Amino acid sequence: MPTRNMIEAINDAHRVMMARDPDIVVFGEDVGYFGGVFRATAGLQQEFGKERCFDAPISEGGIVGTAVGMAAYGLKPVIEIQFADYIYPGYDQIVSEVARMRYRTAGEWTMPMVIRSPYGGGIFGGQTHSQSPEALFTHVAGLKVVIPSTPHDAKGLLIAAIEDPDPVLFFEPKRIYNGPFDGHHDKPVKPWSKHADSEVPDGHYTVPLGKARIVRPGNDLTVLAYGTMVHVALAAVEENGIDAEVIDLRTLLPLDIDTIEESVRKTGRCLVVQEATRTSGFVSELVTLVQERCFYHLEAPVGRVTGWDTPYPHAYEWIYFPGPIRMKQALEKVMAD
Amino acid sequence: MDIPSSDPRRNAPRLALHVPEPAYRPGDAPDFSNVTVPPAGSAPRPDSSAPARDTHPLVDHLVRVLDEDGRAVGPWDPRLSPDTMRKMLADMVTVRVFDDRMYRAQRQGKTSFYMKCTGEEAIAVAAATALDSEDMCFPTYRQQGLLVARGYPLVDMMCQIYSNAGDKLHGRQLPIMYSDKPHGFFSISGNLGTQYPQAVGWAMASAIKGDSRIAMGWIGEGATAEGDFHSALTFAAVYQAPVILAVVNNQWAISSFSGIAGSEQATFAARAVGYGVAGMRVDGNDALAVYAAVRWASERARANAGPTLIEFFTYRAEGHSTSDDPTGYRPAGEAQAWPLGDPVERLKAHLIGLGEWDEERHAALVKQADAGVRAAQKAAEAQGILPGQGFDRIGSMFEDVYADTPWHLAEQRDTALGEARTYLGRDAS
Ligand SMILES: Cc1ncc(C[n+]2csc(CCOP(=O)(O)OP(=O)(O)O)c2C)c(N)n1
Repeated sequence: MPTRNMIEAINDAHRVMMARDPDIVVFGEDVGYFGGVFRATAGLQQEFGKERCFDAPISEGGIVGTAVGMAAYGLKPVIEIQFADYIYPGYDQIVSEVARMRYRTAGEWTMPMVIRSPYGGGIFGGQTHSQSPEALFTHVAGLKVVIPSTPHDAKGLLIAAIEDPDPVLFFEPKRIYNGPFDGHHDKPVKPWSKHADSEVPDGHYTVPLGKARIVRPGNDLTVLAYGTMVHVALAAVEENGIDAEVIDLRTLLPLDIDTIEESVRKTGRCLVVQEATRTSGFVSELVTLVQERCFYHLEAPVGRVTGWDTPYPHAYEWIYFPGPIRMKQALEKVMAD
Repeated sequence: MDIPSSDPRRNAPRLALHVPEPAYRPGDAPDFSNVTVPPAGSAPRPDSSAPARDTHPLVDHLVRVLDEDGRAVGPWDPRLSPDTMRKMLADMVTVRVFDDRMYRAQRQGKTSFYMKCTGEEAIAVAAATALDSEDMCFPTYRQQGLLVARGYPLVDMMCQIYSNAGDKLHGRQLPIMYSDKPHGFFSISGNLGTQYPQAVGWAMASAIKGDSRIAMGWIGEGATAEGDFHSALTFAAVYQAPVILAVVNNQWAISSFSGIAGSEQATFAARAVGYGVAGMRVDGNDALAVYAAVRWASERARANAGPTLIEFFTYRAEGHSTSDDPTGYRPAGEAQAWPLGDPVERLKAHLIGLGEWDEERHAALVKQADAGVRAAQKAAEAQGILPGQGFDRIGSMFEDVYADTPWHLAEQRDTALGEARTYLGRDAS
């Protein structure tokens, strides 16, 4: 089976879907001729023509707003926001328009679209190329929020997102575009080709939205993670010899509550992990859900690993990024309590 | 969506989407014959207090002072003293040398990122020369020339680039995202366009307080598509803010040519017309034209005659940043084919023509700039380079989020210092 890195997998998902569905249009800053600054849309314009894959003006509000009009017409826009840090000028259109259109028109108008955006830190991007804004969107009714952690999932989830009748925010952990990163910034990163999950089938397949993946089964502790942090969590569990069940959430909204509940009831302990800023992060929601649904099965308070409540600093990246030390301490604490 | 044959609209003409394309792509020979360059000196110069509409013929013209032979001609000639012009030339040379050294430093792994302004040096340097030193600038990442012209120490710029111990921004910002209040240089944002309404707001505040200082903002032509550009023009027009709004049209926004920002149907200067703001298009590679336009707009602003939108027509000679490879989207050799030449060479030729400069002095100037930049680099690197930073003053990461550190940040700082101790095997501060 072909191996692909995450960018190639995402590119392939576009290609497969554009060939199947003439209503799909792909646009965003630099996505046309050049194929995007991360090359996720490389070759699409050449293959499908300028009317289906084109460069957009630098106007995130314009990109999302015109996508609303296109979706209203009956097209299926798949748009790219160059960095998630730049989604905010489009935020009003996403939150006030895209998210609520089905609801406010009782289904007369719907917003089938995918908003893709590279997110997250660890690339020396400073405070405006590193943010993880997923919680700002999981707080909004009407959106779906998907975050893949492997090439295989990236393609299958993106195809599922494109086929979904509702608007999907598809955040791509850019730190792991080229290889899985386990948080050891002082060690070289292996390329995806050495990883089992880089086997990405050709053609159409889906990874269903709303279904988590048990990355590593275990009995003593449940670790909930997504995006880059799946790899950091997995490495930390293995390095510390803990029989933990590591779950990759894949979709934050809607969440696969059954897999989470079943696992925590089995293990009796839970650690939630995100790269994003701590306060009011998505993991706060996870802690609440686990507490509400598994309280009598818990043997320890739910642990939490996150970034700090500061903007993302340029030079202090490795003290910001939740890495092996923060993971080890949290794992030990949840196991000891 | 195909229209079924039973549809009554079937005979209506088929609509087609227009997606602009640049005339030339990699592999093609660069050719700017589509760019009209009016003769230097041909643009009329209205009075700086004239009604905005009197300037509007200039939005489709190109204000140029230096002609092909390096002579200053026409009504826009600012008649600068040779000393002033030599200072501008020296600053532009310094910026170019600085850019080259820092670009190389990035390639050597001493920092993460760099952005050059090659070919655009006049836009910042001549503007800084035309403004008062107390006027406030709201720049983009390509106006390093403002800091150089205003005498901000090169060492301080470099320490920021290296995120090292001497970085007054404590390693928080990307390299090149300078900030210096005493030199009237507002903090650079990674979020495009945000500085534009901020410049208008600063100018409005100056008017509210009865101050005499004005503001100037810069934006790339690509970023004029952001809503903030239009908010800025609306507020500037409504309140007749004492502000100069510059659009640096360097033809490319990463891989997207200026047509993607709307240049096919109207110039960027023409945006001024709809807002009723004074506007003009200026040769951005002509330091004297840049100076004259900014001077004119500053007189207008200071006389409470309103804001000015200036499009500086120029070319981004290098890649967008160290992360960009422009050979993937534009023909090689485009910079050399650019019909407005090189701003450094043009000012140099002018001074030589006046008998106020010569090749020997120029060579000495370049050598001196090079030595100054090298010395600054040595002094900056003595304070550290990016790799290895990040463990020096970890506590500082938690400062300045608020004026006072709340409990949760104090707790997080202590945890981070604990992690650092485990990682480093010693205490960090
Ligand atoms: C709001 C926002 N959207 C997208 C980006 C990514 N981005 C950084 S620079 C750039 C191109 C800017 O082009 P232009 O405004 O023409 O300025 P130039 O770089 O040519 O000087 C883009 C798209 C950003 N920084 N901010």
